Amino acid sequence: MTGIWHQIALALPQLLRGLRASLEISAIVLVAGSVGGFVVGLLLLYGGLILRLAARAYVDTVRGIPVLVLIFVCYFGLPALGLKLSAWEAGVTALSAFAAAHIAEIVRGGIDSIPRAQTDAAKAVGLNFWQRLRLVILPQATRRMLPPWVNAAVEIVKGSALLSLLGIVELLLSMQNVVGYTFIVLPFYLLTACFYFAVNFTISRTAALLERRFAYLKY
Amino acid sequence: MSAYHFNWFLAWQNFPRFYWGLALGLELAALCLFIGSLVGFAGALGRTHGPAWLRVGITSYVEFIRNVPLLLLVYFAFYGLPKIGVTALNNVWSFVAALSVYSGAYLTEVFRAGVNSVPVGYVEAGKAIGLTPWQRVRLVTLPVTFRIILPSLSNTFISLFKDTSLASALAVPELTYAAEWLNVNTFRTIEAWTFAAVMYLLAGYGIALALRRIERRYAVIR
Repeated sequence: MTGIWHQIALALPQLLRGLRASLEISAIVLVAGSVGGFVVGLLLLYGGLILRLAARAYVDTVRGIPVLVLIFVCYFGLPALGLKLSAWEAGVTALSAFAAAHIAEIVRGGIDSIPRAQTDAAKAVGLNFWQRLRLVILPQATRRMLPPWVNAAVEIVKGSALLSLLGIVELLLSMQNVVGYTFIVLPFYLLTACFYFAVNFTISRTAALLERRFAYLKY
Repeated sequence: MSAYHFNWFLAWQNFPRFYWGLALGLELAALCLFIGSLVGFAGALGRTHGPAWLRVGITSYVEFIRNVPLLLLVYFAFYGLPKIGVTALNNVWSFVAALSVYSGAYLTEVFRAGVNSVPVGYVEAGKAIGLTPWQRVRLVTLPVTFRIILPSLSNTFISLFKDTSLASALAVPELTYAAEWLNVNTFRTIEAWTFAAVMYLLAGYGIALALRRIERRYAVIR
């Protein structure tokens, strides 16, 4: 038994480095996906016909294919088209594209849920488009978007595990490496699962709290 | 850096590989939806009617599985289970086990929402005409729950279908694996992944359309 604890203690730094890599990837993807998703979401609502159709096609295509296929498309397909990407870049690009499509729907839904009369009222007092968005729509819509957005973060952390298939040493691949040389299986799977759980459960609890915090917003 | 030359012929030639891959993916998704639904219905009943220890157990199961990456479960089922004495599962069945456990957690939530939205009056009516508890579950709660959650079930089926792509990590010959195979063996990278992506899209939206019809057919009239 002491042997196992000793091995776990020895392997812990490696797993923690993996965890840090996973969190880094997730943070970058969350930022990139949020920025992209916000833009695409606005295009879905306010774009001209062509932009709107393009945004719709993008969102429906990305949401219609598995993340793993999207990751492989970026990893194998983009270099074949002449775009040289490292595994890390390809993986982060794919996850960001995936996150952007999901967040775009969240943004669209959030803004769409604000009654039309709010926009009309803002128009009536003479606000232009960006002022309406910044001063009237977004302050209300953000509260609607926040809980699903935080849940999207859970999906992103879970999606980051798929990057182990590209050979990116994040938490899951670190664990596989550790299992590979220690031959200790169950404790390390459990430990890794607990790491993921700790991160994701914290995030989803936050989402639940936010949801309750903003539950009074009914109109 | 020479330009990429498209050659769709090789992809066409290997169409059966993709086609059977798609079929296997759908089969796996359907099987896992079925097993997951059994787990989910049992879980929902346990969580609403069971004793406290059972409720805590089911809640922990649901929360744990929902916050852990599916790939970790898939690896555990394939590489981990044999180490603790479960050697009976090959790659396909260990994937089925992992995806069923995964879908069971999500479906517990789905069924719980469904069971909770069965009007109390229905169950009371069942009691009034003298149905036993088991008859009430089988003849009243289950059929009504099923009709209420049908839209969630079809969404779950489609996302399970997309999740079957992870089986390629265990060399299960489904659609993603077919694309990987073509990519590795012929270097028709773009053709392979375009093929797979288009087939996932067509299948996904085709199924969604078909399921919407079924949902309309069985929709609960309120």
